[in-house]
Amino acid sequence: MSTGAVAVPEPRTDASTAKAESPPPTLSAWGRLPAEGRELLTEDLERSTVGAALCRGLGRSYGDSSLPARADDKVVATRLANRILHVDEQTGDFVAEAGVSLAELNRLFLPRGWFTPVTPGTKFVTLGGMVASDVHGKNHHRDGCFGAHVRRLRMRLADESVVTCSPEENEDLFYGTIGGMGLLGHVLQVEFQMRRIPSQWIRAETERVRDIDEFLEGLGRTAPAWPMTMGWIDCLSHGSSMGRGILTAGRWATAEEAPSAPPPPPRELTFPVELPNWALNPVTARLFNTAYYWRHMAHRWSGLMTPDAFFYPLDAILHWNRAYGARGFTQYQCVLPRAAGTAAVREFMFLLTKLGGASPLCVIKDCGPEGKGVLSFPLEGTSIAVDMAVSPDLQRIVDNLNAFVIEVGGRIYLTKDRFTRAEHFRAMEPRLPRFLALRDKWDPKRRLRSAQSVRIFGDAA
Amino acid sequence: MGRAIARRLAERGESVFLLGLDEADLERSAADLKERHRDKASVGYAVCDLERPEGFAAALDAADAALGELDTVVVTAAMFASQEALEADVELTRRLVTVNYANTVVFCEHVKKRLLARGGGRLVVFSSVAGDRGRKPVGIYGSSKAGLSVYLEALDHKYHAAGLSVTCVKPGFVKTGMTAGLKPPPFAGEPDQVADDVVRAMDRGKPLVYTPGIWALVMLVIRSLPRFVMRKIGF
Repeated sequence: MSTGAVAVPEPRTDASTAKAESPPPTLSAWGRLPAEGRELLTEDLERSTVGAALCRGLGRSYGDSSLPARADDKVVATRLANRILHVDEQTGDFVAEAGVSLAELNRLFLPRGWFTPVTPGTKFVTLGGMVASDVHGKNHHRDGCFGAHVRRLRMRLADESVVTCSPEENEDLFYGTIGGMGLLGHVLQVEFQMRRIPSQWIRAETERVRDIDEFLEGLGRTAPAWPMTMGWIDCLSHGSSMGRGILTAGRWATAEEAPSAPPPPPRELTFPVELPNWALNPVTARLFNTAYYWRHMAHRWSGLMTPDAFFYPLDAILHWNRAYGARGFTQYQCVLPRAAGTAAVREFMFLLTKLGGASPLCVIKDCGPEGKGVLSFPLEGTSIAVDMAVSPDLQRIVDNLNAFVIEVGGRIYLTKDRFTRAEHFRAMEPRLPRFLALRDKWDPKRRLRSAQSVRIFGDAA
Repeated sequence: MGRAIARRLAERGESVFLLGLDEADLERSAADLKERHRDKASVGYAVCDLERPEGFAAALDAADAALGELDTVVVTAAMFASQEALEADVELTRRLVTVNYANTVVFCEHVKKRLLARGGGRLVVFSSVAGDRGRKPVGIYGSSKAGLSVYLEALDHKYHAAGLSVTCVKPGFVKTGMTAGLKPPPFAGEPDQVADDVVRAMDRGKPLVYTPGIWALVMLVIRSLPRFVMRKIGF
């Protein structure tokens, strides 16, 4: 049957139709703390980014990097600017608009034997966001960040021009944009290298570990042998079991190991309601952690997993951030340099358990060498990420953790951050002057800004 | 919306031909559709403007030539503007009602002739829940869609037996570039969800589909409200 469908284009919209509404609309990111403002949803990113202060993808960054500096700043939502423009199935060269999501790429291309070279812990991110955050994943110790696999970017600059940049052309703009939180220009189009995978299954091994020392030893032991590693830490347990958890390592299964059937489509449940603020408290969090730890009955387990279960366990529950209630939450993620030694990690865990405020989600991962992105987060060492509900105590906890991170020469991940003070960021980020010089060159009037750039870089609000 | 529907068709292996305003944009959309199928979907395109009915026949000729006689036509195009903008600009009102009603009907008449001549086919047209009742905030836009809905219903009654399957799509509020800047009401839908509903209705030959489905219920209530209530309330 030859079926044809004729689709006539989207309607022309009178741009002046926006109405003033009351109460003022707000935007929020994954951490649920709102900021006044609205997003402009568009299918035509190139046209809509004229005069824009900020682009945002799926709003999965935890903090305020995707939130407007001022309520009337033009914030462009990229998620419908999501066309795949070119796929070379010989070489793995992909070109797509910035709003294409990883979920969509996986849905379309996993069955065809292609996977993103680097994936964060959620597939609900856009390519533009992956560039702006220079995301890292379980394979960082081997493959670096997403930015290391990007070939070329097409960008709308603050002066309204559109340029391309790559390691050969406008090199400084290219490396500044990778991990640059969208502040040097709006990413319109991303060209990157996809990776051939031998099967659609993951061969994984998990191991229950008793404390932080065993954890660090385990991460060090598995990293050379496994392309992907990470660990879940119970950061509510004190004393001799401080830092107990589950260490996971994995690789793509070979065609011989993998079942012939493709993985079943992921079952997605929706977290149905916003829980009250008190629902997730130290008692319930500890109960959860103990159950989660002992669910892993066997000391070691090895077998096949679906990519969704391996990479995106939390994506199985849509809107899981509702568990934190209306108060919202943040994630504290830092990386401690290898040079500071395992003692620094142990001390950090001790400080974390002492300060309190931690929740069930705490992830540890060792990182490979620093990438070329000017503000890219990872550096060689140990990364620790922990969710924390917003409370009157939170600022003090973050300040204390930051003071420790500065002392040992580590740094924090802007994509997760909403509470770091500007002076703390300056102290932990020797690369900051280089980034500010790039902003002076590409956006001297600071037309591009976010709530985060006001807080951390001191942009005018 | 057209993009989301075309993707579903291309992904299941159908040949697609796009009509739209901007050639460069059509080229990008065609590339996207092509890459969505393992064997590279067959996708063509031509420029067509609902404000220029004289171009309709040539555009459909191009589609017929590329597809080897099309058998399904999906019309998602329309103009949208707020009631305030329309009341402030009579010329804009003239353009909008012409595009949404007169020219869309003319386009459908071209399609109807072609499909009937080849023994039938499917015509899917986006109208709107705004056409179900005269409402203050969408009076003019809604009236253009009311006319279109009545036309599509009559088309279904008259030609169903001859093999023409007509589907009138009544989307509620959908979060797309068209509604950017408007505050989404309760039950606002996402384009992917609406596209799923539309393709399902098209495949089953349903003459009328509200999407997201909850809008069938919402409109049932709104249609049954007495006039004196409608005059009082703001929506």
